[in-house]
Amino acid sequence: MADDLEQFRRDTRAWLEANCPPEMREPVRSEKDICWGGRKWTFQSEAQRRWLEIMAERGWTVPDWPREYGGGGLSPAEAKVLRQEMASLGCRKPLESFGISMLGPALLKYGTEEQKQEHLPKIARGEIRWCQGYSEPNAGSDLASLATRAEDKGDHFLVNGQKVWTSYADQADWIFCLVRTDPAAKQGGISFLLFDMETPGVSTKPILLISGNSPFCETFFDDVVVPKDQVLGAVNDGWSVAKYLLGHEREMISGMGGRSLGPSLPELALRRAGRDEHGRLDDPVLRARIALFEVRSHAFAAMSERFLDRLKAGSVHPAQASMMKYLGTELNKDRHELLMAAGGSEALEWDSEASHGGAAARAWLRTKANSIEGGTSEIQLNIVAKRILELPEA
Amino acid sequence: MPLFLDAEQEMLADTVRPFIAETAPVAHLRALRDADDPAGFSRKVWRAFAGMGFTGVLVDEAHGGLGLGQVEAGIVLEEIGRNLTPSPFLGTAVGAVEALRHADEAMQGSWLPRIVSGEVVAALALDESARHRPERVALKAERHGNGFRLSGAKQFVAFGHEADLLVVSARTSGGAADEDGVTLFALPRTQAGVTVSAERLADVSMAARVELDGVELDGSAVIGEVDGGRAVLNRVLSCVRAGAASELQGVAEGASAMTLDYLKQRKQFGRVIGSYQALQHRAAHLYSELEVARAATLKAQQSLDAGSDTADRDASVAKAMAGMASGLAVREAVQMHGGIGMTDEYDVGFFMKRQRVLAEMFGDTDYHADLLARMEGY
Repeated sequence: MADDLEQFRRDTRAWLEANCPPEMREPVRSEKDICWGGRKWTFQSEAQRRWLEIMAERGWTVPDWPREYGGGGLSPAEAKVLRQEMASLGCRKPLESFGISMLGPALLKYGTEEQKQEHLPKIARGEIRWCQGYSEPNAGSDLASLATRAEDKGDHFLVNGQKVWTSYADQADWIFCLVRTDPAAKQGGISFLLFDMETPGVSTKPILLISGNSPFCETFFDDVVVPKDQVLGAVNDGWSVAKYLLGHEREMISGMGGRSLGPSLPELALRRAGRDEHGRLDDPVLRARIALFEVRSHAFAAMSERFLDRLKAGSVHPAQASMMKYLGTELNKDRHELLMAAGGSEALEWDSEASHGGAAARAWLRTKANSIEGGTSEIQLNIVAKRILELPEA
Repeated sequence: MPLFLDAEQEMLADTVRPFIAETAPVAHLRALRDADDPAGFSRKVWRAFAGMGFTGVLVDEAHGGLGLGQVEAGIVLEEIGRNLTPSPFLGTAVGAVEALRHADEAMQGSWLPRIVSGEVVAALALDESARHRPERVALKAERHGNGFRLSGAKQFVAFGHEADLLVVSARTSGGAADEDGVTLFALPRTQAGVTVSAERLADVSMAARVELDGVELDGSAVIGEVDGGRAVLNRVLSCVRAGAASELQGVAEGASAMTLDYLKQRKQFGRVIGSYQALQHRAAHLYSELEVARAATLKAQQSLDAGSDTADRDASVAKAMAGMASGLAVREAVQMHGGIGMTDEYDVGFFMKRQRVLAEMFGDTDYHADLLARMEGY
């Protein structure tokens, strides 16, 4: 068994070395280097296109999904080996998508056979890009109070309302969306709909953020017709699907606590501040702050490994996803505060070519949303306190 | 290898947990303290640990031990921590045993079976200053006839006054800060020229100053290679650092379990105080920190057992993270208990004191953050 895994590791490494284009082993420098796929996607390079194609062909954009839905059919142990080997060779992820990290697991669990066959392979190949319609102007942390209505019109639903903070809605092809199908019940009156963003009545409006970018949109639904077979899970049971999916979203966001774009924090600091006569970073207080941060960062990497291992083994408390989300996002914010400190005045540049269009400053500002989106840190702590520590309600 | 305990390790934990809770609970520490016990730990409890095989957890089967690894030693240490059991386990069953792995068969044969049987206790004599700086070794071992003559002083030697065996780092060549020129010695405490004076620490444990005044040892007392002791020393340090992290984890878990119970019982303004969000968020944050520390410590122990080339780094991360998380745990424990947490009658203060001692032992968080930075080249 262990021998088989070692053989798999050797084969995987050899295949990656032979097939991963050299450009796709360069560190990711800006958002543009991340491939999101979809009908509207423009590949940044031929290498980015080829890397997606050959990985999708092996099912390795979604290594642990079943083969019949476009996955690689790998065991958890093999998928871990693939992740490790890609990391050690510096291979970029061939495809980033909410379809993979969020919707896919929910489709696998709650989807009908037709829904799985319709949607999963297109996610795996990067053909359809999904966005998530959860938050509304008056339903943020208290998501279950959402008001977007889906009226039952016999063979279809008629959807009216507004979503907000819809990530990349303007670039997405389809949306998975929480709607109210029963105004009398709270959690129990919500359904989970899937529909094409090109359906008449859907419109989006980007929101300009403090980073100067617009990764989020307002999304409006005006008499949008959605066929009934596009409900995921049972009608009025969308909250179960949403909670399941939110667990996966939190895992994904918590993954941000790991390595991020560009040079590591110590590398960047050394580049800016240089070394003293002992070879140490010539800025002792910054060095100490970075070192203490790196302790947390390594420890969190172990936590992530342990969380994923226990998740696969089915032995993790489900509310630990909230803990991971809390830890990962707070760590990522700390990392970017230190990156700004290490970068000094050059990290403040907003447009210059040298700064890759203000990549450091914009990324720093972007991370402030990490502990808000997908449930705030405060909501995660509430969940840990109540569900794991079993502290009483107020 | 997945980063959680396997079925056999879980079974070991299920054996160790009730045994230590019954044999040496916090009341045992209090009794030793009230009696002003000069040893600072109980030989009876030590022999009971030996009876269960704990003292030989890392000793190979050929010398009568269980032949297990750092993960299993960590399981025992976590329960020692949770019960605040005063014990020379870390110095003996982890530190000395790990050092003796690098000794010749004659030395192993003379010490290991007696560690397994609970007959002897050992201690690491490595620190020479109030701040942990084991890379600086000034205690001199000069060649003398067929052997060596040792002079100098060590401090913060846990239970050194009771130890039969002292593992001593000494300078056989070069200057105090040199990498090479360090040699490890196995020194019987009763050897002529050894003066040991013990002081009680804040947590009731005893730590000794050891002064060596021309102590004569023959060549057979050398552990490993003359002048080549650095690698062994580093390995021993990584193991006891990971072990101390496990003990800290236990201290922290014990304190936070008491605190959670208290939050669920204590009422103010007509409500249990654990229903207040101000305390819930702090408790949830603490839980998260402890989970991270647990993962880091297990990672270090698995790395040490697998001989991974990141083992030293992982051990420093574990000790640094455990220091932070357990420090938060005991501070929150005292604060959340309110006035009662300040009383000697209540146990929670003992957790705070033990945490402080263990956090310092073999390098505190600041030391290990600095070491990590050096290992990673900045």
